[in-house]
Amino acid sequence: MPAERSTSNENQPTGRLAENVLYFARALRAAGIPVGPGAVLDALEALRVAGIGTKEDFYWTLHAVFVKRHEHSVLFDQAFRIFFRRRGYIDQMLAMMMPQVPAPPQAPQPGSTRVHEALFSGLDDKLKRQREVELDARMTVSDREVLQRKDFAQMTSAEIAAAKEAMKRLVLPLAEIRTRRLAPHRHGHLIDIRRTLRASMKGGGDFIDLRFIGPKTKPPPLVALLDISGSMSQYSRIFLHFLHALTDARRRVSTFLFGTRLSNVTRALRERDPDDALAACSASVPDWSGGTRIASSLRGFNKLWARRVLTQGAVVLLITDGLERDADDTLAFEIDRLHRSCRRLVWLNPLLRFEGFEARARGIRAMLPHVDEFRPIHNLESMAGLVAALEHGGDRAGDPKAWMQKAWMQKVA
Amino acid sequence: MTARPLPASIDATVDLLAEADYLADRSLGTVLYLALRMGRPIFLEGEAGVGKTEIAKVLSSTLGRRLIRLQCYEGLDVAAAVYEWNYAAQMIAIRVAEAEGEHDRSRLEHDVFSERFLIKRPLLQALEPDSAGAPVLLIDEIDRTDEAFEAFLLEVLADFQVTIPELGTVKAAQPPIVVITSNRTREVHDALKRRCLYHWVGYPNADRELSIVRKKVPGIGKKLSEQIVGFVQRLRNQDLFKAPGVAETLDWAGALSELDVVALDPATVSDTLGVLLKYQDDIARLEGSKVKELLDEVKAELRAAE
Repeated sequence: MPAERSTSNENQPTGRLAENVLYFARALRAAGIPVGPGAVLDALEALRVAGIGTKEDFYWTLHAVFVKRHEHSVLFDQAFRIFFRRRGYIDQMLAMMMPQVPAPPQAPQPGSTRVHEALFSGLDDKLKRQREVELDARMTVSDREVLQRKDFAQMTSAEIAAAKEAMKRLVLPLAEIRTRRLAPHRHGHLIDIRRTLRASMKGGGDFIDLRFIGPKTKPPPLVALLDISGSMSQYSRIFLHFLHALTDARRRVSTFLFGTRLSNVTRALRERDPDDALAACSASVPDWSGGTRIASSLRGFNKLWARRVLTQGAVVLLITDGLERDADDTLAFEIDRLHRSCRRLVWLNPLLRFEGFEARARGIRAMLPHVDEFRPIHNLESMAGLVAALEHGGDRAGDPKAWMQKAWMQKVA
Repeated sequence: MTARPLPASIDATVDLLAEADYLADRSLGTVLYLALRMGRPIFLEGEAGVGKTEIAKVLSSTLGRRLIRLQCYEGLDVAAAVYEWNYAAQMIAIRVAEAEGEHDRSRLEHDVFSERFLIKRPLLQALEPDSAGAPVLLIDEIDRTDEAFEAFLLEVLADFQVTIPELGTVKAAQPPIVVITSNRTREVHDALKRRCLYHWVGYPNADRELSIVRKKVPGIGKKLSEQIVGFVQRLRNQDLFKAPGVAETLDWAGALSELDVVALDPATVSDTLGVLLKYQDDIARLEGSKVKELLDEVKAELRAAE
């Protein structure tokens, strides 16, 4: 279906233009840009209004209608290039038909692999089916394991079921904060003149029956920064289950995974089914069980995401063991900045499962002064403790000053 | 203000904006033209200081329409955005009626809840008929409000009508030109974005920024403006916490023009860096030799271009 731009009538989408726009919209949908049928109709109307002038105008007209997020702009660009380029398209089709030699992996352009997969997905399946007929039934190494993505199916099912049940029971309503929005309230501090007046109209205006409004409360937004490096691997997936349950229960929960780089998996965790959610997570993050670079990940978070997700009084859960590969001053600076940007910073460290834990590592000592709470997170009991602490505000067990004092006394002794 | 008809093509839109000294690129011109012709709201997102709010002001001045501005904040509700009753005046009216011995309740209600006592806020003002044509409604920084207000706005933007329980429905004869801006401090809900035509306003390239500086800061030296733009463009490639926007460039150009600077040198730049960069660690990163290094690169590039 190569693109043909109709030059006959420019007032109506005649010829193959309407169909081509429709196919293009389907390609965008497969590539990950949500495009509904309404958007296709809008696109045709926009082309009717704007006319089909230069290629640039055509590009920007479709861009104005189909792209609704800044992140989708890249995907749209790649899709447009592949779809509306005649000669190269045929070449690519031919290349797919030829017998395959595994090509050396090249660094893909952002978005191009997804778009490419979206457009040629049908062909891939067909070729795979042909190959499977030739081989006998032996275990093939799946793509995921090769790329070091975590396979959650390795957890025993009884274990998973028990943990999930417990976590569902754990998710209690967490503490709410006051907002600036006012709502009818029995003992509020402001008089709601509108309702007062209405109430007094009932009595013909003879007496004034006061009604009050007070501040509405709502649970604060939650941001979780989860370390998925090798040292944390046993805890990452359990905690992802917990975060998934939390995402179900509350409105604004953002989750970020970091190891060597930072990834935003909020949308993946919004899937209803926990297995689907974790599969979507592992699909989007290629650096499971790699090294840890806390400082650069926090720096990336502060620069790109802090101003987008930490507004309106967010509580940040930082889940890491604090063992930094290259510890230097930037770690202290970045965690200080993170602390100043959020309402409360809670550090959850699985190393606290050891009785004799002391804050000796340089990374841990750099981070401790800047957190509001320091808690263990290695089992369900500690998870319950976390939930209780978030509900009632911090308690003495999570006070980081106790750990810092111990470390100082150790140094002195 | 005489009203003008809407522009007839994308080129006409870009020219219309240029009349008010707003230099837009082709993509923005396309989106604006489509939005004006198709009657859709425009959703502008981008970093702070790139000229999102300016567009609404420019549109209203060039098309000759009234500009109605709704500044969003957390806790914005119907009373502050659509309408409110003038309670004090209503209570006085009730008391006066009582003193006069008026006891007919329905007549009293009819008088008290009339247009005389209605305070019209921006959204209701935008729906009123206007002789000059549909006004430009600027909804600024919508990411500062919460989801409840967004849901309400979605309803208003769908039908362009609001219902006041005591008076009835007010429907706009001509839908206003709606411009919504956001700083992306919160993800605005997809439903609202879907109704609008979305555009990301990015930083301009060197040529466009140069034309903007020359237009907005008249009397600035040719060499100085080239050096300013070159320096700021390089600064945006550095790993800063907050890159300077177009507004900062114009402020800096104005400041240097006031100081009667002819060409940039490291000392002047270091002294006036506070106009461009607003975070201490960014300024600290550029202290000392880094400024000189960037300036040398800029000058070398300009010399090569001559």
